[in-house]
Amino acid sequence: MNILVFIKQVPDTNEVKIDPVTKTLIREGVPSIINPDDKNALEEAIKIKEEYGAKVIVITMGPPQAETALREALAMGADEAYLLTDRVFAGADTYATAKTLAKMAKKFDYDIIFCGRQAIDGDTAQVGPQLAEQLNIPQVTYVKEVKIEGDTLIVKRALEEGYEVIKVKMPVLLTAIKELNTPRYPSIKGIFDAYREKEVKIVTAADLGVDPQEVGLKGSPTKVISTTTPETQRAGEIFTGNVKECVQNLVQRLVEKHVI
Amino acid sequence: MNEYKDIWVFAEQREQRLMNVSLEILGEARKLADKKGVKAYAVLVGYGVKGLADELIKYGADVVYVIDNPLLKNYTTEGYAKVIADLANEIKPEVILYGATYIGRDLAPRIASRLHTGLTADCTGLDIDENGLLLQIRPAFGGNLIATIICPERRPQMATVRPGVMKKAPKDEKRKGEIIEIQANIKEGDIRTQIFDIIKEAKSKVNIEEADIIVSGGRGVGGAEGFKLIQQLADALGGVVGASRAAVDAGWISSDHQVGQTGKTVRPKLYVACGISGAIQHIAGMGNAKTIVAINKNPDAPIFKVADYGIVGDLFKVVPALIEEIKRIKNNEMA
Amino acid sequence: MDFSLTKEQQMVRKIVREFAEKEIAPKAKEIDLTGEFPWDNVKKMAKADMMGIPYPKEYGGAGGDYISYIIAVEEISRACAATGVILSAHTSLACFPIFQWGTKEQKEKYLIPLAKGEKLGAFALTEPNAGTDAAAQQTTAVLEGDHYILNGSKIFITNGGKADVYIVFAMTDKSKGTKGISAFIVEKDFPGFYIGKVEEKMGIRGSRAAELVFEDCVVPKENLLGKEGEGFKIAMVTLDGGRIGIGAQALGIAQAALNEVTKYVKERQQFGRPIGKFQGLQWYIAEMATKVSAARHLVYYAAWRKQNNLSYTMEAAMAKLFASETAMEVTTKAVQIFGGYGYTKDYPVERLMRDAKITEIYEGTSEVQKMVIASNLLKM
Repeated sequence: MNILVFIKQVPDTNEVKIDPVTKTLIREGVPSIINPDDKNALEEAIKIKEEYGAKVIVITMGPPQAETALREALAMGADEAYLLTDRVFAGADTYATAKTLAKMAKKFDYDIIFCGRQAIDGDTAQVGPQLAEQLNIPQVTYVKEVKIEGDTLIVKRALEEGYEVIKVKMPVLLTAIKELNTPRYPSIKGIFDAYREKEVKIVTAADLGVDPQEVGLKGSPTKVISTTTPETQRAGEIFTGNVKECVQNLVQRLVEKHVI
Repeated sequence: MNEYKDIWVFAEQREQRLMNVSLEILGEARKLADKKGVKAYAVLVGYGVKGLADELIKYGADVVYVIDNPLLKNYTTEGYAKVIADLANEIKPEVILYGATYIGRDLAPRIASRLHTGLTADCTGLDIDENGLLLQIRPAFGGNLIATIICPERRPQMATVRPGVMKKAPKDEKRKGEIIEIQANIKEGDIRTQIFDIIKEAKSKVNIEEADIIVSGGRGVGGAEGFKLIQQLADALGGVVGASRAAVDAGWISSDHQVGQTGKTVRPKLYVACGISGAIQHIAGMGNAKTIVAINKNPDAPIFKVADYGIVGDLFKVVPALIEEIKRIKNNEMA
Repeated sequence: MDFSLTKEQQMVRKIVREFAEKEIAPKAKEIDLTGEFPWDNVKKMAKADMMGIPYPKEYGGAGGDYISYIIAVEEISRACAATGVILSAHTSLACFPIFQWGTKEQKEKYLIPLAKGEKLGAFALTEPNAGTDAAAQQTTAVLEGDHYILNGSKIFITNGGKADVYIVFAMTDKSKGTKGISAFIVEKDFPGFYIGKVEEKMGIRGSRAAELVFEDCVVPKENLLGKEGEGFKIAMVTLDGGRIGIGAQALGIAQAALNEVTKYVKERQQFGRPIGKFQGLQWYIAEMATKVSAARHLVYYAAWRKQNNLSYTMEAAMAKLFASETAMEVTTKAVQIFGGYGYTKDYPVERLMRDAKITEIYEGTSEVQKMVIASNLLKM
């Protein structure tokens, strides 16, 4: 069995700060991490490998620095790693990303494709389903449990209130949510193996055989035309000092405004 | 491109009940359609759901397409994607909007990829620009930035819309519209997933999205014990308890209480933030509350910048006093 | 000259830090309060292959380098210094002598389970009357047939009573002084081996310091480590490496205090502004940060020398001396900057200050380090 896991390296959004003047992200000093949902996807793939035997192939598209994310994935237990990196891939929206990843996926004879539900930098949750469509395979998103029975998966798909139990034949694309598992820490031995005994293979647009017009910014139907920082100011009335007076003032205002 | 016209809303139903978010985006679609001078359509997919079409008209749809078929009884990605994509290929809408639910966010990208068009996820605002393009506004990077996105060259323009952000139009019982039934071109083999079971989890779930009054606690509450006090204030006000990510991450309260970018978006009449500093991610989820009250011991906490009223002080002193004062006022009202 | 960590080492830091922040740090306060031995932490470290980082894979280790190991001790100690010393004593003091002087059989029997983290190790040199004067060993070992019979006691033994395997030093020939000391591998279940008094400590309260008692303790002959009479050399060389570990522990404690301080001075307001805006505190912080950085360079440099098979006795002593004194100074200043709050258990700085003190004492006091440095310099 071959399992492809698509991951993304993202800035840790808990650490992201915005330059108040330029209204752009300050990326300097912000640590890069494997997107959390993608880690759940990877963990599940490795668990399946341990239980049923499988080859876990991890793939990312990104700048050369994204190699670190792949090394971490190898350290967790992935077998092979591919970095899709090329200037023409830059600026891709989810459509163009899925199209590029689909080209890569087609190079393999896969049984399961795992993605995280969504990346914390974009929160779109779109690449997984778009990739499944490009490959014309079924998808199950928001996966919180996976069981394998022969050539079939029994999958629990989370809903807002409850879940569905879905039966689907491989090949299939699954997107993982954090309820699926608790990702392991890469073992220290795994880290040394990842650097000394395993390889991150670089894949360019030419290697993939994609038309540069169809990937990256040029191949993206959507365009970001502006970014701003959220407006949050309200003219508030702040009470300080004696607790009892503060509370009385507040309740009086709320009553006046018919809030309570 | 000019052949593409009108605005569609995917009218999501589960067990023959319309999702709230579908009515919310229908309200928004109505406004956008009026601005462009086009019609708002609802696309209703399911089995035995025709009866819901009227309601969609009352909430602002000019036309409702009903695709009713036993194979569409439960949502499946492939079943729903096929019938909607087929219809869109035939009729060519200019815009399709979906609720950003667990179903909408599964379905919309599949359709977008099939139609080779763009899709913007989880929008919190929509508008039409001077050229008639759909402006799709959404937060990014954990709510630190707000991006405006367009899809200039492909059609339809598609977006999923975050629940709880748009407003439903007032229900108009007299409103008239057209209902068109569409024959679904679908067979069993088109759907490669098989739903075994749908389990509803009987969570004693607080529906903070629907609540009029929310009292929320954050890091300052200090622990699960502190949330009892938050609950008491919520009880006194007749509201429910919310929480910041910090409190949920610390395990003091379950995640269904979480308000914010990674939690739920709420727009209650009254939002009381206790011991919440007001990280941008939190404000992204509650900034639209009608009245915001903040209680925090740090006078520089960002939450005070979005609050209508604030009390600077120790919440363990302020909240009990507040409970007492509210009880006193309410007793007076009754007397 | 290259001061940058390798990609491997950077990844080790990232992963151990993540692990320490999520798995170890949240329990540090409770471990300090209860003084309970953090078995759970030890098991988790074992699972992550942290208990034998610098040893080859064929001996159960992670096959890593010494600097990676030192980084791990630093990061774990930043989260919980008690857990840090468990790791350091196990890896540097128990695994190392077996790796260095053990026979193939000893390595297979003892090093593999130790380095895998299936078993925990300890090092027993100090006695009531042989502290800084380690040569004054009173524990004796007498060969009787196939066995050595050990009699005597050891005190303040880290991991004592919790470890499965002990490296124990004893006199095999009193007439030869230091050349009469030998090293033994003692299992916890050997007959005549008991755990005596367990110390109530000021800091690193989750770690164990216990008395070991040997009453006609029977140790198989094949458990002699190295040759008879090599014990003192084994102890001294082992301690050279151990000191780099303690330097890393001190560094972790100091870094933790510095992090707490930088966070606090931005939040704490007095006279209408964050106290970090006051120059007096800025100077404190600048000095603290400089010393922490200097300590890190000394510790990593000593580790680098050991990794590259260069002499490191003096460098290890310098690293331990400077890092431990930095830890003490930085944590004491941190308590001062936190003021009244710093003296309470509401903030971690008082714990860091108590934890820091031991680093100036064990595996050779600061004074011993100075003796080592001076004797290496003067060669008198």
